[in-house]
Amino acid sequence: MNVINLDHISFNPLLPEVKEAMIEAINSDLHNPSSQHKAGEKSAEMLAQARQNVADLINAADAKEIVFTSGGTESVNHAVKGAAMANREKGNHIITTNIEHNSVIRSLKRLSAQGFKVTSLSVDESGRVDPAAVADAITDQTILISVMHSNNETGTIQPIAEIGAIARENKVLFHCDAVDSVGVVPVDVQALNADLLSFASNPFYGPTGTGGLYIRRGTRIFPLLDGGVQEHNKRAGTENLIGIIGMGKAAQLAAAHMEQRRAHLAELKKYLVEQLPQYVDDYIINTNLDHSLPNLLNVSLKYIEGESVMLMLDEENLAVSTKSACATGSLRASHVLLSLGLSHSDAQGTLVIAWGIDNTKDDLQKLLSTLSGVVKTLRSMSPLYQK
Amino acid sequence: MYNQVVMDHFKNPRNVGVIENPDGVGEVGNPLCGDMMTIYLKIDDKDQRISDIKFQTFGCGSAIAVSSMLTEMAKGKSLDEARKISNKDVAEALEGLPKNKLHCSNLGADALHMAIQDYDDKKAGIVRPKAEREEKHEHGDGQSCYCPYCDVELDEKATFCEACQRDLTEEH
Repeated sequence: MNVINLDHISFNPLLPEVKEAMIEAINSDLHNPSSQHKAGEKSAEMLAQARQNVADLINAADAKEIVFTSGGTESVNHAVKGAAMANREKGNHIITTNIEHNSVIRSLKRLSAQGFKVTSLSVDESGRVDPAAVADAITDQTILISVMHSNNETGTIQPIAEIGAIARENKVLFHCDAVDSVGVVPVDVQALNADLLSFASNPFYGPTGTGGLYIRRGTRIFPLLDGGVQEHNKRAGTENLIGIIGMGKAAQLAAAHMEQRRAHLAELKKYLVEQLPQYVDDYIINTNLDHSLPNLLNVSLKYIEGESVMLMLDEENLAVSTKSACATGSLRASHVLLSLGLSHSDAQGTLVIAWGIDNTKDDLQKLLSTLSGVVKTLRSMSPLYQK
Repeated sequence: MYNQVVMDHFKNPRNVGVIENPDGVGEVGNPLCGDMMTIYLKIDDKDQRISDIKFQTFGCGSAIAVSSMLTEMAKGKSLDEARKISNKDVAEALEGLPKNKLHCSNLGADALHMAIQDYDDKKAGIVRPKAEREEKHEHGDGQSCYCPYCDVELDEKATFCEACQRDLTEEH
């Protein structure tokens, strides 16, 4: 069975070079990087090399500003909770947006229960937050601003550099959840004025279960995990060295091939957007086409439900994901789509098509021709469709 | 995710469509997710039997399979027999649905009962306002409810899951 993966936002395969680096690491005499004997020191060198590769990818001034974590969720939890707790005596107000990932939303919900006040800003119809609204929301109690770089459902990119500048000017800490952007598009912590920046390895073809948090030198933050002094005393626990080595290799490749990959992904996006009207009608593109990731398109197909579409495409060996309430497990419509002003029924028909560096125009052509039939079949069954 | 029976009814749904000049129509919707199911009936007045049944559904794989199975179960049945078909019977005929789908997509019997009520009303000359026609989905008939996050069995009226400490006001 040859499945065409157009669900790269859920999972990316490891690149062959990443696999090789990890297998080589497994086969070498790895030890605990904290140990002071030769085997430990050799492992510490491999850890340091990976850290440098990741630091270079996001233009961190010092590799020590990178803390390795178990992935995006841990990084975000660490950034948001750690910064809020450590700056509690300065204030209790946090600013965010309505379209953040649940790791931000639920971390903030937890903090609200402990007395923190949260202002959650709306996005406009195009899915972007107005930096002026961020500036207006700042009070003398504001200690943290947390805004995502690109949205994991729509791919829309926020005006992060502007928001970062506002945060810096007002001496408020700025956390950017850049999980779906780092390694895909250029992310530069200096240009963005980020004090904290969360990322994960899988979006740039490294292993899942490995990520990182950039912590600008001098930023007040508590660790999320208490214990040993690993990761410069910011993240206790013996490092996932094999995963980190894979991530380091993936970061090196992402930096080296960024422009080439981006051009390929953007060409596929252009093709998909141009071809779509020839295959389906009555759809809404929820991705901001002027400001978005090159590898993702979020489309709501009216009068039908996304899980049904996904299952029928799966029968034809095409993997996509859907943001339909029926398929998310929580059985409620996506907060991101509702924030864009979509109705519940339009949100139900939402597909996230996410291609990768291994996909071709032929893959998208197969998707379009199959999708056309699936949409017809499901609309013929739908009580909402009158044609 | 779905078993083979469900997938068969999803991929090859039986009795899809609309009946022109139906004798009864039943429509149920789930306001939270927007799913909608409409059942059309043709009824043999003399026998009081369902001579034809068709459905239209806007919903997930499970909702489509439920509609298809329900129409197969109701076709040819007397109205008395059809009134006894429950959502649980439909789920059992499908050899089970995922727990978190049990009460959002399993609305087929509700729509069928409404369509029969519509037929009875028409014969009796009763015109009901729409609100009164909407049947509230009860979990009655021995069906359990489960937390959509952690699968723990919930009380019928629960709005909070003690097991995973989540607010379920919107979900349940």
